[in-house]
Amino acid sequence: MVKQDSKKILKDLGIRIVEQTKKGKNPEIKFPLRNLSNIVFDKKTKTLKLGDKTGTRSFFNVAHSKKFLQTIEIASIIKKELLDSGKHEHLRGVFYMAKRTIPGTNVNIVDEQTESDKSIEDLEVITGLSREQLHVSANKMGSIVGNIIIEDSGDVIDCSKLGRGGYSIPSITDELEFKKVNAKYILYMEKASTHERLVEDRFWEKNQCILLTSQGQTTRGIRRLLQRLAEEKDLPIYVLTDADSYGWYIYSVIKYGSISLSFASERLTIPGVKFLGITMDDIIKYDLKKHLIKLEDHDLSRLKQISDYEWFKGNKEWQRQFKMMKEFNGKVEIQALSSKGISFISEKYLVEKIRNKEFLD
Amino acid sequence: MVEIAKELAKQQREISVSEFFAKNRHLLGFDNPRKALLMAVKEACDNSLDAAEEARILPELYVELQQLKEDRFQVIVEDNGPGIVKEQIPKIFGKLLYGSKFHRLRCSRGQQGIGISAVLLYGQLTTGKGMHITSKIGSKSQAHYYEIHMDTQKNEPIIKQDEVVDWKKDHGTKVEVELQGAYQKGKQSVDEYIKEIALINPHVQIIYKTPDNETITYARAVKELPKEAKEIKPHPHGVELGVLIRMLHSTKANTLSGFLQNDFCRVSQNVAQEICEKARVSLRAKPTTIARDEAEALYTAIQNTKIMAPPTDCLNPLGEESLIKGLRKEVNAEFYCVVTRTPSVYRGMPFCIEVALAYGGSIEKEEPIKIMRFANKVPLLYQQGACSTAEAITDTAWKNYGVSQSKESIPVGPIVVVVHMVSVWVPFTSEAKEAIAHYPEIIKEMKLALQEVGRQMFSYIRKNVRAKEQQERINLFEKYIPELASALAVLSGEKKVEIQENLQKILKKGLKDLLAEVKEAENTEIKGNNIAFGEKQKTLEVE
Repeated sequence: MVKQDSKKILKDLGIRIVEQTKKGKNPEIKFPLRNLSNIVFDKKTKTLKLGDKTGTRSFFNVAHSKKFLQTIEIASIIKKELLDSGKHEHLRGVFYMAKRTIPGTNVNIVDEQTESDKSIEDLEVITGLSREQLHVSANKMGSIVGNIIIEDSGDVIDCSKLGRGGYSIPSITDELEFKKVNAKYILYMEKASTHERLVEDRFWEKNQCILLTSQGQTTRGIRRLLQRLAEEKDLPIYVLTDADSYGWYIYSVIKYGSISLSFASERLTIPGVKFLGITMDDIIKYDLKKHLIKLEDHDLSRLKQISDYEWFKGNKEWQRQFKMMKEFNGKVEIQALSSKGISFISEKYLVEKIRNKEFLD
Repeated sequence: MVEIAKELAKQQREISVSEFFAKNRHLLGFDNPRKALLMAVKEACDNSLDAAEEARILPELYVELQQLKEDRFQVIVEDNGPGIVKEQIPKIFGKLLYGSKFHRLRCSRGQQGIGISAVLLYGQLTTGKGMHITSKIGSKSQAHYYEIHMDTQKNEPIIKQDEVVDWKKDHGTKVEVELQGAYQKGKQSVDEYIKEIALINPHVQIIYKTPDNETITYARAVKELPKEAKEIKPHPHGVELGVLIRMLHSTKANTLSGFLQNDFCRVSQNVAQEICEKARVSLRAKPTTIARDEAEALYTAIQNTKIMAPPTDCLNPLGEESLIKGLRKEVNAEFYCVVTRTPSVYRGMPFCIEVALAYGGSIEKEEPIKIMRFANKVPLLYQQGACSTAEAITDTAWKNYGVSQSKESIPVGPIVVVVHMVSVWVPFTSEAKEAIAHYPEIIKEMKLALQEVGRQMFSYIRKNVRAKEQQERINLFEKYIPELASALAVLSGEKKVEIQENLQKILKKGLKDLLAEVKEAENTEIKGNNIAFGEKQKTLEVE
């Protein structure tokens, strides 16, 4: 179904442009602007979205011409090589498929991967199709462990029987099917090492939950997977990151969206997600002060940026956290909990926090 | 205490200027071997050119560098100037602060009477050898040959050799000196210096023999000598109290009124009267009897009296025609322009700024523009950053002239800028005469001149360069069309040939409009192409 739609939408785009040429018009494409001035925080849905400013790119305009050609060329590659054959290709692969020299010139269609990446983003906003629907993937990252059975391309995977590694989350998660889910919540963590700790302690089994991680920032695939689990299986999601501005930003992106992917917010953001820790209060409560790492200039400026975000501005609890971090002039990593005992996190910290519903919204 | 004072007194003695400079050679520009070599060439050339021009002779210079050892050079500079009277030779070359230029206000290359004797001093310090001078003042005169050393304690020349020799030349002077030096090519080299002399003195012919035994001839581009440099009397507003006191004591005038009118320019009887009244000093007072506090009153009175600006006919800029000829000769570009400003005044000193600019051609495109600085036809190779020219250039908004420039820095582009300051007294930041001091009046004139050449260049760029670039880019459309047509054919399922034909028709029909569009696109920022990230956010996003 999805594939049919994607093909048709791309074909319609082609036909629209061909019609313009038949009428003797300079071929052009209209699409929403993606610069900062057109990114707004939608208070209703509480997500970052594109505003309604649009831009026009036309072929017979020296400043636009090459980008116009790149976009159409990539669209044709995606249609012919990926959608028609049902195959997926990585961003890097698409770049190589598009990279060639235009005959009679020394100009390449694309010189750098950033150009083909941009064209793919362009196509996403022009067509309303996601990159996943265009069969373009990115680096996969992260894994999932717990009482969940997933069907992926015909293979059925029981994520409770995959040892310490768990199921490695593919770059595109739209087509995964959730066969059976037996969990009360999802715990998403920033650190893969914490994930390993919890898996070894069989935390998911004892607490009937799903453990999910990606190293560092959350990929599109994982954000989409989390959103689908939240919506389709009605599971609460708790986020566990370091107590620092970068960790907290991970939470912010999952919940409200990011600037660069604001055009895809609808498919990626999860307004119901809750922040579990590490909070500044945890540092006091669990006596972690001696593990504070002094803030550097970039931490402070990042903290300032985050505290000025529209969605955090009116949030008293978060503002209190920001203020405390500034006062402590320090940050703490999740792993600092290990100083209380190797399984302190799985046996005490998480259990207590979740039982007492000590979440930040 | 008495004992110590007496002991100290034994050690206290006069320090001669020569000794002082021997120990502080960097003050005169002899900081390192490379620069020392350049200074030797520079001082000798300055003198040769000044002398020839004063005698109204079209100068011909011969410069030769011989490398004797790794760090040892023989510098030879020969000219066709008027020559030097025999008796004067030892003092001119062997005594610091001796010369004709210090007491005169005149647009000359040398100003202080230090230059060539400092070269001798440096050569003597580093090699123990003196300077050899051959000079002849006319076809019927004999040529004299001297070898001169300097007595650094007394600041007096020592004549080691004094002979009459045969010299084919009718007149001229030849200076030979051995010194410790280093020969390196590049921005601050002797090679560059000679090239720049040829640029700013298009009436001079130079033959230059490098240490690599290569002979380079810089031909003359202008057959006329520049206008004669007239001497002027100091302007009252340009004189400091100490100088005023000195002038009062050495004047030939018998009355203050006469002193003010004769020893300064632009002082009429009325002005002299006004000054004296304000200072409450008698017009008829004898200048040599004026007390210090009266002198100070006079000084204040002068400052508070309106006096006509100094005459400017004493300035001898190259003029636009000659300067552009010089620039064309030495810089290969596609566009040249020049501006000679009308004279102006700083601190009572008349001055004039000339700026020339070369654009395109073989000038480096991606580098900061090349700045060539000159003062009274002398190239300035060192201390660019400390020079007021640098400030004038970085302060000019080059973006207005289609040149890229990051904030307050030297713009980047295929441009050579020549800035020439002509004045009876160029205010250098140090004795080494490397950078022009930051007087607001001077910087203002430089900026006005830079803006003028900037505008001329920009109108050239708009007319020629942009049009060429635009045509090239439009040609690209023709190459893009088949590519777009095949991609569209794949997408839409329609025939490539038809799409291509339609696109070609649009191109043909719209070529004129497209050209207009190009112009617009050049001037407006294109929106919608890129996401604008905050920098930090960019690094934080994955995918």
